[in-house]
Amino acid sequence: MSASHRVSAADHNEDFPTAARALLQDSQLRSNVRNATGVITRKRNAVVAELSDWEALRESGSEIRSHVLQHLDHYLLQFEEACTRAGGHVHWARDAAEANQIVLSLLPARTTDVLKIKSMTTEEIALNSYLEAAGIRPHETDLAELIIQLGHDRPSHIVVPALHKNRGQIRDLFARELHLDALGESPSDLTNAARHYLREKFLRIPVAISGANFLVAETGSVCIVESEGNGRMCLTLPDVLITVAGIEKVIPRFRDLEVFLQTLPRSATGERMNPYNSLWTGVCAGDGPREFHVILLDNGRSSILRDEEARQTLKCIRCGACQNVCPVYRQTGGHAYNSVYAGPIGAILTPQLHQLDRGASLPYASSLCGACYEVCPVKINIPEVLIHLRGQIVRQQQATLAGKLGAWNIGMQLVAALFASGDRLALAQHLGRIGQGAFIAPGGFIEHLPFQLSGWTETRDLAPLPHESFRQWWAERPASTTSSSGGDV
Amino acid sequence: MKVSLFITCYNDTLFPETGKAVVRVLERLGHEVLFPADQTCCGQMHWNTGYLRESIPIIRHFLKVFGDAEIICIPSSSCVAMIRDHYPKAALQSNDPKFVAEVEDLLPRIYEFSELLVQKFSVEDVGATYPHRVTYHASCHSLRSLHLGDTPHRLLRNVRGLDLLPLDAVEECCGFGGTFAIKNADVSSAMLADKSQCILNTGAEVCTAVDNSCLMHIYGSLHRQRTLVRTAHIAEILASTGSDERHTATHS
Repeated sequence: MSASHRVSAADHNEDFPTAARALLQDSQLRSNVRNATGVITRKRNAVVAELSDWEALRESGSEIRSHVLQHLDHYLLQFEEACTRAGGHVHWARDAAEANQIVLSLLPARTTDVLKIKSMTTEEIALNSYLEAAGIRPHETDLAELIIQLGHDRPSHIVVPALHKNRGQIRDLFARELHLDALGESPSDLTNAARHYLREKFLRIPVAISGANFLVAETGSVCIVESEGNGRMCLTLPDVLITVAGIEKVIPRFRDLEVFLQTLPRSATGERMNPYNSLWTGVCAGDGPREFHVILLDNGRSSILRDEEARQTLKCIRCGACQNVCPVYRQTGGHAYNSVYAGPIGAILTPQLHQLDRGASLPYASSLCGACYEVCPVKINIPEVLIHLRGQIVRQQQATLAGKLGAWNIGMQLVAALFASGDRLALAQHLGRIGQGAFIAPGGFIEHLPFQLSGWTETRDLAPLPHESFRQWWAERPASTTSSSGGDV
Repeated sequence: MKVSLFITCYNDTLFPETGKAVVRVLERLGHEVLFPADQTCCGQMHWNTGYLRESIPIIRHFLKVFGDAEIICIPSSSCVAMIRDHYPKAALQSNDPKFVAEVEDLLPRIYEFSELLVQKFSVEDVGATYPHRVTYHASCHSLRSLHLGDTPHRLLRNVRGLDLLPLDAVEECCGFGGTFAIKNADVSSAMLADKSQCILNTGAEVCTAVDNSCLMHIYGSLHRQRTLVRTAHIAEILASTGSDERHTATHS
């Protein structure tokens, strides 16, 4: 059974530890993820090191994005006005259902096929399955998204959605789905196969749907950066172009792109500049699409905006650098998160987009190592937001009787009570030394613990409590040694 | 100087030898060590697990116990990170100006053990002898919160007989993460497997760090695999004068 088969068959609502446990058995997937994230991170580190003002760029990016979020209403209205003036049409969608309906309503009569540029936002609203149910075939044109679509798979990374697949697996998929039995597995073989398959579609299909990297409020422009040129094809050939963008994607001024067009490609793919940087403003007679629409999607974002602690989540520019450096993501890959948004950013964004109804295990899917915060080009303090969300989850659990009586809550309350004084802690240490006898194996170590703690001893031994705590030793230490005697203890 | 030791709850309970070693080093350098007996915990476990409300009394207790301390030495970078990174936020959220002021007053007095020696006392050679092959595990908080950089290495390079071996993927987390190791035991174990392999690849006899939490985790795996590699907190290496091996291998 292939990894993708197992993943797509899995219950998409299973929690992170359960999904991770299954994925950790897939050594091929783990090796693919480890190799790919390692390559991107090394490239990223090299091109970031070239810039002497990298930290200043991060700070600028952070400030610009924070400023936008504080004045989002203003900049969105400014964008709407400028885009409309340039001949575009702006639509507002409260949620996924509304966004999907708007897309469908904008398609010209008798539309049977649409082109798609890689867009995590349209993944978020599950636009493809909505269109398919309405009898319209979406065609992914980004190589990785094409791999996902042909394989009936799910994206596992926000920049490199098919990162969990290696060349051999992609070759087999193309050979099967595109009927190319003699296909080789070199990068040029694979890209040529995709180019051949896609070129006909670019020339035939008159409608394209995109996401957006940035919306420029000042000019009403939309910006997309990409590596393959499929985006440029979709932005220039079709008659109708529909862009679906989260409301947080807006930036104030054209010149703000100066910061993000440096930090985004370096962070995302380890390139100094993206091969294709497309910017368009409304429509232009005789050139490009004749009809242009932007759908501004809320889908839970304004509720994140209300939470001052967690608001920084929306600063994200979707570079994926946090995923590539995350030691948790690098073990499991993206599918364990059961979300379009995986890795550290997914662990904070997903539960918030669903008001904690989904993804409540994700804020715990981190060792809080801080590698994500260190690389983030807009300085989102992901560990801080993770802890904040854990706090919300604990409060939610404590509001129910089952949560109050749960092992974690009782355990944490008990330990908190022990930490109220040195005497209480000393008593607990004493009782612990008495109580641990039952768990100590003949070798003198603890090799099996009960209940929740068994997770530790599945792979790790634990030394028992020593016969004397530090505080006992200190209390029994002769007073004369407490100064500069050099005390040989 | 008078140095108040915050031993930390888990060192007190599980790793008393580390505390003894800190006392030995500081006294050998001529400092007076104080141990406020009512100390307990910094509140990190509760805070990081989301029990934010429950951590507040623990934080306030810490402030009370160490209110008068001149210098506070903490042999654990993650506890120092808890205090530096999260106490100010906890205080601000309380809307209690006294709480905020106490935290502001506390922060400049807090030092991680190696930080105290190198950055405050300007000591890099503590007169230690430790004739072993050692590799240094850089804990996440020491790297990314305290930004210790080569502070621990400066101390280790001056230890007589010590052969310091570089560790591959040194910036990668060992997978401990407090309750993460239990709530996500499988992923934590996978991270630990990678870390312990890197440690074994160095050929070191001893893996050291400024945090016993990581070392407890790492040694849990090294012991389960029946390797002979030991772990020792950096204080135990620095306390060693070569004459008393009993102090040098606490976790074995």
